[in-house]
Amino acid sequence: MASALFHRPAAELSALLDSGAISSVELMQAVIDRVKAVDPSVRAFNSSDPDSALAQARASDERRAAGRRLGPLDGLPIGLKDVIAVEGQPLTASSKMLANFISPYDSTVASRLKAAGAICWGRLNLDEFAMGSSTENSAFGPTRNPWDLSRVPGGSSGGSAAAVAAGEAVAALGSDTGGSIRQPAALCGVVGLKPTYGLVSRYGLAAFASSLDQIGPLTRTVEDAALVLGAIAGHDPRDSTSVRSEVPDYAGLVRRRGGPWRLGIPKEYFGQGLDPEVAAAVENAIAHYRSQGCEIREVSLPHTRYGIGVYYIIAAAECSSNLARYDGVRYGHRSREATDAVDLYFRSRAEGFGAEVKRRVILGTYVLSSGYYDAFYLRAQKVRTLIRRDFLEAYREVDALVTPTSPIPAFRLGEKSADPLAMYLCDIYTIGVNLAGLPGISLPCGFTASGLPIGLQLIGQPFKEAELLSIARSYEQAHDWHTRVPSL
Amino acid sequence: MNYEAVIGLEVHVQVKTRSKMFSRVPVAFGAPENTLTDPVVLGLPGALPVMNLAALDAVIKAGLMLGCEIAPVCKWDRKNYFYPDSPKNYQISQYDQPLCRGGSVEIELPGPSRNVMGEHRRVPLTRIHLEEDVGKLNHGANESLVDFNRAGTPLMEIVSEPALRSAEEAFAFLTALRAVMVCGGISDCDMEKGQLRCDANISVRPEGSPRLGTKVELKNLNSISFVRDGIAHEIRRQLAVVQSGGVIVQETRDYDGQTGASQSLRTKEQEHDYRYFPDPDLMPVAVDAAWKERIRSQCPELPFERQRRFFSEYGLPYTITSVLVVDRELSEYFEEAARLSADPLAVGNWVVNQFLRELGEGKLSFAELRRRVPPAAAAELVAEIAKGTVLTTAVAGLSAALFQADPPVGVRQAIEKAGLAQRSSGEDLERWCREAIAGNPKALADFKAGRDSAINGFKGPVMRAAKGKADPKAVDEMLRRLLKEAG
Amino acid sequence: MSAHADLDIDHVARLARLALTPEERARFASQLGGVLDHVAQLSEVDVSGIEPTAHAFPVFNVWAEDKPAPGLPVEAALRNAPAQRDHMVVVPKVVE
Ligand SMILES: [Mg+2]
Ligand SMILES: [Zn+2]
Repeated sequence: MASALFHRPAAELSALLDSGAISSVELMQAVIDRVKAVDPSVRAFNSSDPDSALAQARASDERRAAGRRLGPLDGLPIGLKDVIAVEGQPLTASSKMLANFISPYDSTVASRLKAAGAICWGRLNLDEFAMGSSTENSAFGPTRNPWDLSRVPGGSSGGSAAAVAAGEAVAALGSDTGGSIRQPAALCGVVGLKPTYGLVSRYGLAAFASSLDQIGPLTRTVEDAALVLGAIAGHDPRDSTSVRSEVPDYAGLVRRRGGPWRLGIPKEYFGQGLDPEVAAAVENAIAHYRSQGCEIREVSLPHTRYGIGVYYIIAAAECSSNLARYDGVRYGHRSREATDAVDLYFRSRAEGFGAEVKRRVILGTYVLSSGYYDAFYLRAQKVRTLIRRDFLEAYREVDALVTPTSPIPAFRLGEKSADPLAMYLCDIYTIGVNLAGLPGISLPCGFTASGLPIGLQLIGQPFKEAELLSIARSYEQAHDWHTRVPSL
Repeated sequence: MNYEAVIGLEVHVQVKTRSKMFSRVPVAFGAPENTLTDPVVLGLPGALPVMNLAALDAVIKAGLMLGCEIAPVCKWDRKNYFYPDSPKNYQISQYDQPLCRGGSVEIELPGPSRNVMGEHRRVPLTRIHLEEDVGKLNHGANESLVDFNRAGTPLMEIVSEPALRSAEEAFAFLTALRAVMVCGGISDCDMEKGQLRCDANISVRPEGSPRLGTKVELKNLNSISFVRDGIAHEIRRQLAVVQSGGVIVQETRDYDGQTGASQSLRTKEQEHDYRYFPDPDLMPVAVDAAWKERIRSQCPELPFERQRRFFSEYGLPYTITSVLVVDRELSEYFEEAARLSADPLAVGNWVVNQFLRELGEGKLSFAELRRRVPPAAAAELVAEIAKGTVLTTAVAGLSAALFQADPPVGVRQAIEKAGLAQRSSGEDLERWCREAIAGNPKALADFKAGRDSAINGFKGPVMRAAKGKADPKAVDEMLRRLLKEAG
Repeated sequence: MSAHADLDIDHVARLARLALTPEERARFASQLGGVLDHVAQLSEVDVSGIEPTAHAFPVFNVWAEDKPAPGLPVEAALRNAPAQRDHMVVVPKVVE
């Protein structure tokens, strides 16, 4: 068990705060010092405000002293991906477009974290507007994988995953459109949960692809993920896609022993392109579940191979429209060269957006344009129906699916930047979850010979996060991968 | 060759709600710049729309009043185009599943004279959908200033079939449509405030031809009379082109109501590729029978239906009904008073003359005027006039006095206070009558000789002395009594 | 499914209001060509009679009552504006 305060799980720190063994100010200072020490090499943070964080920590200590603790997260520093709005803090989306943007309002998740007493700590790096799988597409430079600084942390929530892995935040929020929480969690050796679409409000999340985006936690343990989810989940009248569902006590439920479960192994997720070390680690995890009495069944998700195509059409189409608002008029980067309003758009957007954003905006504009809508967008939405049906069909036989999170462990910076399609194929196992709106979690299930973390993905049924977390925790408790920390 | 014009209208009507279409910022006209915004209205990163139930209710109401088919299910689409007044650079609108389809607007064409009812006909509608308004641009010499207060206001788009044939018909269409909207409380349709805006698609073709000619879109017809003038101008322009062997170019033209001229908009970006797709931030709408029934029960009688009923139920003439029915409150006021009166026609006359004049003064609201002279008071006043208590010449003054009194006074009280009460028992009347008799011995002699009409010789001086405020019937009675005494 | 030969990148970039350098133009055209080749396999799928999925969990009639709530003060609304005057956002001249 890692002994440094900044490496301990949220649940443990919460207990230490409750017992009075540590204060929130002490913890916050340890984290601030840690960021100072390691972030020059990890570069998980776009910005942070230590003074404000310490003030919040003091307020938390006062609440605890007065017996008015707001919840288990009270006094814990939780990092936010720099695409989630916090009033008065920068919201850059790691884009030059929003380099100077200060949010005048709180996202729903930020106000819920605040209401739970958590300290909204820092702005965490990402692929520009969450488009990417490596965090290399950040206008402010890439984040490094804490396990190997020459490698990527995954993406797009690479800053969030790296910060949690490196001890720079107790937990973090990320967003997941095609795997952007789970894949960096896998590559950084932390837990990443993508909730069921509609469980967590998207209000205040700078949209990438509205029908796929979902905010979720990146944490050190499954129990921590349950704690954070409990704080941020639940219906929000400001998000029309937010679902009215009961929010159970995830943390309480996850501590109970569950199972055995019926687990499905989708055969399409173990094909070509899967790294052998990743495959072996996942096989071991499956063997663990079998040994625990779970029924393991091979299932088929026959439309899996179309996932990437469907995803890139739908996500690009939605992003082309969602990002139209970044035009240099009301906020954001404005070109100095513009001669008239139309010119202002062309230049501001050309100067403000990076290559990957431009590529997807062009792809999305194309697939929606006159004459192509039916062939691309409408067809993709129909295939999306089939992909979703595959999953629901599988759930007639099993409680959850077990797969690798990423076909490969962390790759080197620059390795895939020249070939967008190769990069897109990193999302092959995570995309289906977003297309079907399902909950998915990645948790550490081993390391490669060279010491890179490997992630196990569990895919659950809609709104059955409690069960999904229990399945994950039953594995986590029998292993110690999650206790390992990178040497920085 | 004879040509005919074919006109279709696209009318945007701001729906009267308290908050915006997709956020709860208040809607208001004339507020200081950029004080009616929030993250949603400004299209800030992360903001999400939530639809306004009242706006949906209003459009369903409009649809029911106009006989549209209400879609059992409809959805929201994004219309993508860049413009500085559009915060998200897409407008949330309805593309292939509008809330209402079909229906029609009953219009009245101009009659042979102002006092004679014109022909009625129904102009079919294609659809009505709901969308959001954009902000306002103030153009300067080298730059433009943007105010987003209007952005996000619920906007209803009513599209007519290309079924209008003249500028007069277009004018009649808008007039009738506006009457329905106002009557239903759906919009105030104040064109000065931009609450009703109209674009027209105009083409000409050889009379009787089944094919439509090349259409020109005429924009910025921002008053009802500009609509008429602009369309008439465009039809003349197109006729001149085709009659001289020219060809109409499909284009958008801007009509300037001040100069009465139109000019082609130099649309260098004339790529109307709006890339419509379903808005993933909003859920679809399902309108079930119960919802429709709830709205139907709130639908008022249509203006023209009410007019027909006023003809048959109250025997009102066209001249009165045409004034009354355009105003729902006034119509209801009339009806309440008419039900308390033996003479609805007289009530109608009083309402369109006295009440409307006071309303036209613009000093007091309808509600305030109604408070001061409730329908029962109007009926009482009309009865007093009929009895002869109040002279017709004094009605205007007395009515004005009633409207001005605050706290309100009763009709009887006002009559007395104004000294209008008949003078039959008053000393003044008796004195004036005696003086008149004394001052005209010839008439006295004639009357005594049996010429009854000689009594009229006394009346003029009495009325003059009374400054017109004497009731002729009372004067007559008084004179006869005195003449009998003298007899 | 149309081949990517159809991708008129200049037209699309104009619709998207994106100025592209000649290098970007060439690079994106070839990269997106690859993506579109991959996407072309969707044409294999028989989607007849299949409803499109717009929302993973569609519900109907998600709305709010028409109750006004306070918005942003004008200073907050314009805080991020690149240029403003008289409480309005300044943009270069709009030429239609
Ligand atoms: Mg239109
Ligand atoms: Zn419209």
